[in-house]
Amino acid sequence: MLLRHTPKEVHERTALTVNPAKTCQPIGAMYAALGIHRCLPHSHGSQGCYAYHRSTLTRHYKEPVMAATSAFTEGASVFGGQANLLQAISNIFTVYEPEVIAVHTTCLSETIGDDIPQIVAKARDEGKIPSGRYVIHANTPSYVGSHVTGFASMVKGMVDYLAASNGHKENRINLIPGYVEPCDMEEIKRLAGELGVPVIMFPDTSNVLNGPQTGKFHIYPDGGTKVEELIAAGSSIGTVALGPLASGPAARALDTKCKVPCEILNLPIGLRSTDTFIDTLRRIAGVTVPESINIERGRLVDVITDMHQYFYHRKVALAGDPDQLVALTEFLVDLDMWPIHIVTGTPGKKFEKRIKEITREVPHPVNVRATGDLFLLHQWLKSEPVDLLLGNTYMKYIARDEDIPLVRFGFPILDRIGHSYFPTVGYRGGLRLLEKILDTLLDRQDRDAPEESFELVM
Amino acid sequence: MATLTPEDLGSLVLDIGADEAKKELVGKYPTKVARKRAKQIVANQVEPDLTVPEIQSNVRTVPGLISQRGCTYAGCKGVVLGPTRDILNLTHGPIGCGFYSWLTRRNQTRPKGPEDHNFMTYCFSTDMQDEQIIFGGEKKLKQAIQEAYDIFKPKAIGIFATCPVGLIGDDVHAVAREMKEKLGINVFGFSCEGYKGVSQSAGHHIANNGVFTHIVGLDDTEPAGEFKINMLGEYNIGGDAFEIERLFEDIGVTLVSSFSGNSSYDQFANSHTADLNLIMCHRSINYVAEMMEKKFGIPWLKVNFIGAGATAKSLRKIATYFENPELTAKVEEVVARELPAVEAVREEVKSRCAGKRAMLFVGGSRAHHYQELFREIGMEIIAAGYEFAHRDDYEGRRVLPNLKVDADSRNIEELQVEADPARFRPRLDAAGIARLEQEGIKLSEYQGMMADMKNGALVIDDISQYETEKLIEIYRPDIICAGIKEKFAVQKSGIPMKQLHSYDSGGPYAGFQGAINFWREIDRLVNSKVWKYLQAPWQEHPELAAKYVWE
Repeated sequence: MLLRHTPKEVHERTALTVNPAKTCQPIGAMYAALGIHRCLPHSHGSQGCYAYHRSTLTRHYKEPVMAATSAFTEGASVFGGQANLLQAISNIFTVYEPEVIAVHTTCLSETIGDDIPQIVAKARDEGKIPSGRYVIHANTPSYVGSHVTGFASMVKGMVDYLAASNGHKENRINLIPGYVEPCDMEEIKRLAGELGVPVIMFPDTSNVLNGPQTGKFHIYPDGGTKVEELIAAGSSIGTVALGPLASGPAARALDTKCKVPCEILNLPIGLRSTDTFIDTLRRIAGVTVPESINIERGRLVDVITDMHQYFYHRKVALAGDPDQLVALTEFLVDLDMWPIHIVTGTPGKKFEKRIKEITREVPHPVNVRATGDLFLLHQWLKSEPVDLLLGNTYMKYIARDEDIPLVRFGFPILDRIGHSYFPTVGYRGGLRLLEKILDTLLDRQDRDAPEESFELVM
Repeated sequence: MATLTPEDLGSLVLDIGADEAKKELVGKYPTKVARKRAKQIVANQVEPDLTVPEIQSNVRTVPGLISQRGCTYAGCKGVVLGPTRDILNLTHGPIGCGFYSWLTRRNQTRPKGPEDHNFMTYCFSTDMQDEQIIFGGEKKLKQAIQEAYDIFKPKAIGIFATCPVGLIGDDVHAVAREMKEKLGINVFGFSCEGYKGVSQSAGHHIANNGVFTHIVGLDDTEPAGEFKINMLGEYNIGGDAFEIERLFEDIGVTLVSSFSGNSSYDQFANSHTADLNLIMCHRSINYVAEMMEKKFGIPWLKVNFIGAGATAKSLRKIATYFENPELTAKVEEVVARELPAVEAVREEVKSRCAGKRAMLFVGGSRAHHYQELFREIGMEIIAAGYEFAHRDDYEGRRVLPNLKVDADSRNIEELQVEADPARFRPRLDAAGIARLEQEGIKLSEYQGMMADMKNGALVIDDISQYETEKLIEIYRPDIICAGIKEKFAVQKSGIPMKQLHSYDSGGPYAGFQGAINFWREIDRLVNSKVWKYLQAPWQEHPELAAKYVWE
């Protein structure tokens, strides 16, 4: 057994995390910053942070992940990281020529209390920031929140530093897509396009972290939200923020700073969350939903009616990030599945409450835990097994030990491709999720069925 | 271990000479940066006595330059202790460090049975929160150790300090002592905060010190076997150690312990009973070898099991050391048994790979070890360098007495080790050492990478992203070997890339079978059809030659 030491009995733990269902803030900030065009993310900490973040993002995307570091040594840790950051800013603009450097902090620089705005101001005074270039920042101490809140802070940093009102309301909507895959961002943009709604979307990692192989490496790929767009976001008529945890802070900051009103929605994963997204865009932009979207929606509903028997009352265990899990759990409940064990590592009381509301009518006890870990999830599974696991690659150890099929979903996915190319948001994304779930459940049924009841038609 | 003389190796004639290329590489840098980097980039020149030019290394990375390096924690917890399966490795810090070092290095391990401890699939962390940063984290650490003990009942717990731990002043060693006393199992701490030192190399040293202080020598039981060795600096990535273990078994050598691929705690405790230490990765583990020699009298030999020729040579070195005709006969029998298959593949692969050019920028030993495998299939190494090595790994241990110890290195403790009054036992007398030297075997010796490279080849320490791009532009090599962070930037340039940290999804590459696996892999990479299809037909021929005429 791979997880041979995991006992069925749950000892309540107060200090020890085993097999986490989250990681730290800076990696989320780095991912968000990669969604700005010609931006180099910068980790203000020791080399290990950016090395680990770049490695993990690279393994997940199979793409170049460029970022820089302040490369703290013991001296910098004692005397402060100002000299390192000043030197880094100067070297980066000289050698790598980005339009934006997006600095995020680490537990190291936060613990010693480096003041990034002060250091950046000094860099500007000393002429280290060429004109027309920007340095933005987000505070992302690793001992607070998770990768999701780190993402949220960097997206908010884009608003804090760049968004500005030009005094007019331009006829377009800001879309904040949430901590989703590059292809999901592309799909969200496509749906807005189908509706005929002009948008500014930020961040946008499509064509950055799912770029084509052309035989030419570009440190700054074609994708990403342009600085002009980030500035112009302050003059849009409204903001639709997807995923309260990942996108809420930026949306609220835009409201406060530039008086751009916002609607904060679930991630558009599954039927009803996508309905809400489309309906909200329709309302704010004052457009009619075209027939093409009705067809997309109808196809998703059609597959649910066609294959409902395979979903009905199947038990599911999920681990991942709150914004995803809320939408996903709702989708599973709509399919008449039973999501019964749900864990996120990201702290926050709201999560447990939301999941309990969504699963209220599931006729089965439901375990839910924020600040949980995969070890706890595994223990729950040993007492109450399920038919399907939904979660990241680390879940495959549980899947193998307990012989339960796994659909990979979330971050990180280190052992399969697809997540960066085929969206799971929107109606088409819903269809893909259903296809993956059905393939997995039906492959299992085919593997386990007695010969006499091995089905040709399913 | 120079296998070839400088004359054998010859000189490299590059379209753009190394000195000119060096100017290109640093040309865009600010003056101070350029001056510093220029000392870390040299054109190789091997003198008849094997001296080579000085290369600056093990110095701070320039902030903002995008280097390959990681941190001290990664070197300690990730590299050296990472492959240990039955020590419960607990990260004291925020969640990230533990998360990122969780199963990502492809170290394989094979527990003895279903009951044997194996914690490698688990990630243990105190998941420090702001409350601990403000009020201290020792209480939470103690509680976490208690919980780990209650649930997992390990025989040993290692505690790894991350950046904030050192800054807020948590004493992991005091907590370790207290919990060791309380639980009656071995508990030890590593002050491997990420900011210490200039790269993961500092972490290796800290790990060596910790394992040596807290585990080595705890169990004096004499293992059975006539020829007892330890394998140091072999981390069983992709199953390398299994391949080497198979050979040891076949020649009748007893592997007492391995640092630390496929290792166990009990082996470490017992390792001082071996009669010879073999070093694979000189950079990450030479400290343990040196300390074991001083304390217990065990000599060490640099070996290399990467490459069939190197493997045969290393096995013969072992036989020569033990001076036993039976062992020698067995070694020759195994070499004779394994070589024909290797030779057949070599000839086949060479026909498709000869003349192609490679660059290797990786680690503290692999950029050296893998060169021979490339040479054997007729490929040329035009540039190589380490990520975190020191001058002795480049220029050989002869430079050790003259090494300047800077402030960053001084921060890493150098243990003062003395001969153990009861257990120090020199394995060789002066005559024995003289006999070995006569047979061409030098103990405690490493010749470094540069003596094995052609004159005119570029040697680059701690290469940056910018320099890598420039090198590709100047030389368009046929393959580059480095790590995961470099992988896709290289491949997006249209050049295949082989990871030599994690081996991508491949391995084992050690030993005889490993050579076959590696050559097949390189053949696959450099001759893959896909590199011909990067351009669509309409991109290759954008002009229309003729128009269809619609009737």
